[in-house]
Amino acid sequence: MRTPLRPLARILQARQDGMNPDTIEKENLRLRHEATRERTRARAELRLLILCAGFVLALGAIGGRMALLAATEPVESRASAPGVEIIAQRADITDRNGRILATNMTTYALYAHPKLMVDPKGVAEKLAAIFPELDAKALERRFTDGRSFVWIRKVLSPEQMQLVHEIGDPGLLFGPREMRLYPNGTLAAHVLGGASFGAEGVQSAEVIGTAGIEKAMDARLRDPSQGGKPLVLSIDLSIQATVEEVLYAGMTMLNARGAAAILMDVRTGEIVALASLPTFDPNDRLAPATTGDPGDSPLFNRAVQGVYELGSTFKIFAVAQALELGLATPETLFDVTPPLRLGRFKINEFEGKNYGPLASVSDIIKKSSNVGTGRIALLIGGLRQQAFLKELGLLDISPVELVEAKVGRPLIPKKWADIVTVTAAYGQGISSSSLNLAAAYATIANGGIKVTPTLLKRETPMLGPRVISEKTARQSIDMLRLVVTDGTASLGEVPGYEVAGKTGTADKPKKTGGYYDNKVINTFASIFPASNPQYVLIVTLDEPEDTTLSEVRRTAGWTAVPVAAEIIRRVAPLMGLRPRLEPPAPDAVTAASN
Amino acid sequence: MRPVLFVLTFLAVIALGFWAYRENYATQAALKEVEVLQRQIAGLREGLFLQRAEWAYLNRPDRLRNLATANFDRLGLLPMEPGQFGTPGLVAYPQSDLPEVDLPVDIQGVDPTGEGL
Repeated sequence: MRTPLRPLARILQARQDGMNPDTIEKENLRLRHEATRERTRARAELRLLILCAGFVLALGAIGGRMALLAATEPVESRASAPGVEIIAQRADITDRNGRILATNMTTYALYAHPKLMVDPKGVAEKLAAIFPELDAKALERRFTDGRSFVWIRKVLSPEQMQLVHEIGDPGLLFGPREMRLYPNGTLAAHVLGGASFGAEGVQSAEVIGTAGIEKAMDARLRDPSQGGKPLVLSIDLSIQATVEEVLYAGMTMLNARGAAAILMDVRTGEIVALASLPTFDPNDRLAPATTGDPGDSPLFNRAVQGVYELGSTFKIFAVAQALELGLATPETLFDVTPPLRLGRFKINEFEGKNYGPLASVSDIIKKSSNVGTGRIALLIGGLRQQAFLKELGLLDISPVELVEAKVGRPLIPKKWADIVTVTAAYGQGISSSSLNLAAAYATIANGGIKVTPTLLKRETPMLGPRVISEKTARQSIDMLRLVVTDGTASLGEVPGYEVAGKTGTADKPKKTGGYYDNKVINTFASIFPASNPQYVLIVTLDEPEDTTLSEVRRTAGWTAVPVAAEIIRRVAPLMGLRPRLEPPAPDAVTAASN
Repeated sequence: MRPVLFVLTFLAVIALGFWAYRENYATQAALKEVEVLQRQIAGLREGLFLQRAEWAYLNRPDRLRNLATANFDRLGLLPMEPGQFGTPGLVAYPQSDLPEVDLPVDIQGVDPTGEGL
């Protein structure tokens, strides 16, 4: 009940007593304030207490949980939610149609605990009998020198495992292993590279890529969050097999030391086939050669790692640039009388030929005139030429997903003098990889829009910057088509597929400087079908010789071109390219009677 | 009233205890089954990987090529050639189903109207 501030009874009493009634009011007011303060304090105290209890409970719960977690044995959650898959396996690699190129297989590694061994000497002898590469004496020494753990073999076949079981010694133990398996053997070996074991434990070992796309895409292949989704390459297994088969036949027939071929889709930049011969088996990867030229090792990827002077295949770039800059049209005439003198240098045609005195730009490409291309290049100038070649990606490391590509750095002269301008125009004195050449030709075939090569499947066309106009690209392809119909690559004609291309025969440089007389690198860079370019094929042969006729021929027109033509003839139907039937020749009799 | 409530509560506690006991064992049995199933799935998956690897190994192009060569007499398989592309014009039209003529009737000189020739 609320006490009134001025209770009438007391006021009257006070008035009677002659006291100031206001003091009563003040006193009551004070009491009321005190009571209010008391209540507020009590409430605040309660709130603090609740808050405190809340904190204690929360921290206690966290602390208790931590203690519980720390004290319990770690166990795999048995009631994990289905659907969330984490596969700790290295992902498969498949071709563009989902056919397996690399997968995993479970196998066992063999190790020993010598301290548990009953008969170390006998075990060592029996093991050496099973595995010929093991030495019984060395093994026995390792078993008896006091160590408690010895690795014996990284992988075992089931038969070998059975034989080891039959030794029956308790000191021999097996650890499960995931092994990388390439079921197609040597096929696409240079693309896949290889894999080996990284950190090894008894229960498992990590598989790491050692070369090729296995190494370049290692992080993606090992990423558990990908859920074992296979890495889909742009390679097509059947086409790769066909390219390798034809290339191998060509290489053997022409006594070449090596060969390489690249087949690329010009719209997407996808590499459909990439072959380098001689090849190796990624299941049983060789040790890198320590002596001799590393370029001779089968591990060497000639298509990507090897930088060569690619010869006359470069001529189209100078011509395309001249067309683009408006310095010439395909009909413009140039003085091609050899030699082209440049200071103390003299540029001549192949085998001292003379295509002069005047030749049109078309004819310069068709007949592959060094002098004519040199003059065009001088017209363009070194700076612009260098910038253009760079734009085409010929002077840079290829961005393809292979570790080897980083080794294949193009060799460019330090000073871009006029003589370099001239020789670079016909592909001497400047080295680049076949893959870079393929990408540059694909750029021309793609209507002038830059193509970046890739080994991963792409669904959408490449959207690069424009390097040359569509008109220039069309004119260049028409000129390349002339090379095949009535130029140096006449053996490259494949009925129905309108092959356009350019041959290149470059002398091999000596290690000591200068060039060999009888060693060449032949390249044929082709685009097909010319009317609607879809694919680019580059074939490179190292030191080929055509000895079928009385004289030995070493020009690309006799070596790389027929090999490329056979590849196109075999591969184009596999890619679903329908041969374009030329309109039938008018019947002579009907024509005459009309 | 109160003793009845006590007895009922006691019975309820016993029933709940029994239920919790059974649930516990049922859960553990389910977990054990899941574990077995998961091991089975892992085993089957491993088998699947192996089968796929084997399939890829048996279907590698050079083996198929050799087999096609070895069995050329029976199969007559050759590499695909540009000449094997056909045109829609090469596909024959299906035969129309005309009824077979099995009872020839001579209608020459027969009067169809019956009114005399």
